[in-house]
Amino acid sequence: MDSSRYIAKHVVNLPKSGIRDFFEVVAKMKDVISLGIGEPDFDTPWHIREAAIYALEKGRTHYTSNLGLIELRRAISKYVEKNFFIGYRPEDEILVTVGVSEALDIAFRALVNPGDKVMFHQPCYVSYSPSITLVHGEAVPVPTYAKDNFALTAEALRAAWQPGAKLLVLNLPCNPTGGTCDRAQIEAIAKFAVEKDLLVLSDEIYSELTFEGVHTSIASLPGMKERVIFLHGFSKAFAMTGWRIGYACGPAALIEAMMKVHQYSMMCAPILSQEAAIEALLRGEDAMKKMRDQYQRRRDFIVRRFNEIGLKCHLPRGSFYAFPDVSLTGQNEKDFAIGLLQAEKVAMVPGTAFGANGSGFCRACFATSYEQLIEAGNRIERHVQSIVAKK
Amino acid sequence: MKPIVKLLLEGGSLNTAQMAQVLKLSEADVNRQLDELKEQRVLLGFRPVLNLTREDSGVVRAVIEVRITPERGGGFNRLAERISRFDEVESCYLMSGGYDLLVFVNGASLQKVAAFVSEKLSTIEGVLSTATHFMLRSYKENGFLLEGQAEENERLKVAP
Repeated sequence: MDSSRYIAKHVVNLPKSGIRDFFEVVAKMKDVISLGIGEPDFDTPWHIREAAIYALEKGRTHYTSNLGLIELRRAISKYVEKNFFIGYRPEDEILVTVGVSEALDIAFRALVNPGDKVMFHQPCYVSYSPSITLVHGEAVPVPTYAKDNFALTAEALRAAWQPGAKLLVLNLPCNPTGGTCDRAQIEAIAKFAVEKDLLVLSDEIYSELTFEGVHTSIASLPGMKERVIFLHGFSKAFAMTGWRIGYACGPAALIEAMMKVHQYSMMCAPILSQEAAIEALLRGEDAMKKMRDQYQRRRDFIVRRFNEIGLKCHLPRGSFYAFPDVSLTGQNEKDFAIGLLQAEKVAMVPGTAFGANGSGFCRACFATSYEQLIEAGNRIERHVQSIVAKK
Repeated sequence: MKPIVKLLLEGGSLNTAQMAQVLKLSEADVNRQLDELKEQRVLLGFRPVLNLTREDSGVVRAVIEVRITPERGGGFNRLAERISRFDEVESCYLMSGGYDLLVFVNGASLQKVAAFVSEKLSTIEGVLSTATHFMLRSYKENGFLLEGQAEENERLKVAP
């Protein structure tokens, strides 16, 4: 029997993640230096892990409120107020989710009618476009450019805008480019959102990892709180990817709508992850800042190396990704990444895995040890020189 | 903190050539800066961190609480420095609280450590009392866990 005929059409047509293809190749190789991992190399700080162990010992093994533990929502409320200057009520404006991934998914499911248009900037995180397709929405990508250091501009938004656009997804700082926007640029985006009556979903998962200047949340701008769902989590800043824990903050009516979807699908985020998250918010700041400082120094090193090698690379203001331009080699990003992997066993992810306009670029995660970065830099240099010599 | 000091603390076992790459200096410059740090007594030296139970070294280690008489002019310094000079003394700290110096001592055997305490340390004029605690087992040395850190975490090689 051909069981595949049961699969829904929009899922059949969903493209496989480009990362997945690349993963298959890398997984078969030994001794690879991987700059392809989208997560911190640090394990979760011990005090956070220990808090979860303690909770487990105390028998904290039950369902929580659909919205999440009230202690956690209170801690989130304080944290967001202190660091992002936005006040959310723990009782009805905050929803604890299974990572930002779930928060985005349920936001789309709660907000998008079939045919509604959702704008998002590209290159971007791999799941935005498919998540929109899964709710029968229409994805409207907005390009960001190397010349702007991959900041999103209001001009690009205006050029890409189509009638029927309802939502705008932001991810600043951005995976995979490390691009972000300064306050003036955020203000211009906010103005555009108001003009076109767009609701903004702002995925700020990398916000703590902003190295230069101050991170500005669009929700903190005057009048914008009512128009923004603020999405955040613990994975990147607190090195908690495997815990799958995040949250959404926004107007009570929208949080309530998202909560409906959440309660019928997820019930609640895992309680141990919620307990760990409380510890992270209350006492995790020092460890987080220490990790951030290390990322920053590693960023400075690897970006400098890319530029020395001749792979033009802007200085990413946030995140732990460098996004070098590999077009100097005369190869496209896929051929370059595969060639580099085969010749020198260094893995970088081809930029097109993050959208068509990632063409010509590769993503290199610098959340790894100095030894690995130094060796990777030397190998990439050797590879680029051998390609250029053959040309 | 100077970039080179940060790198020393963070970079684990980078050699000087690798440090030169990270700091964008020549290797000679790295060596010069390291020499300067040594001259300034900021960088005192490098030592390996060993799990001595694996090496079957037979080394006995003890922590000794020492009460001493402070002196006019020098306070505790002269005696503390004098005690620190013994080869057996690994580290020596002035403490607040119920005693004055905390002295970490290494010896080839229990008898040798005991002899150091009774014959050398206690007999120094100004030393009022000592309380010796022998170490039974080590769980963490200089930031390294002795057990339980060895297994390599299985991470995905590529992730979004």
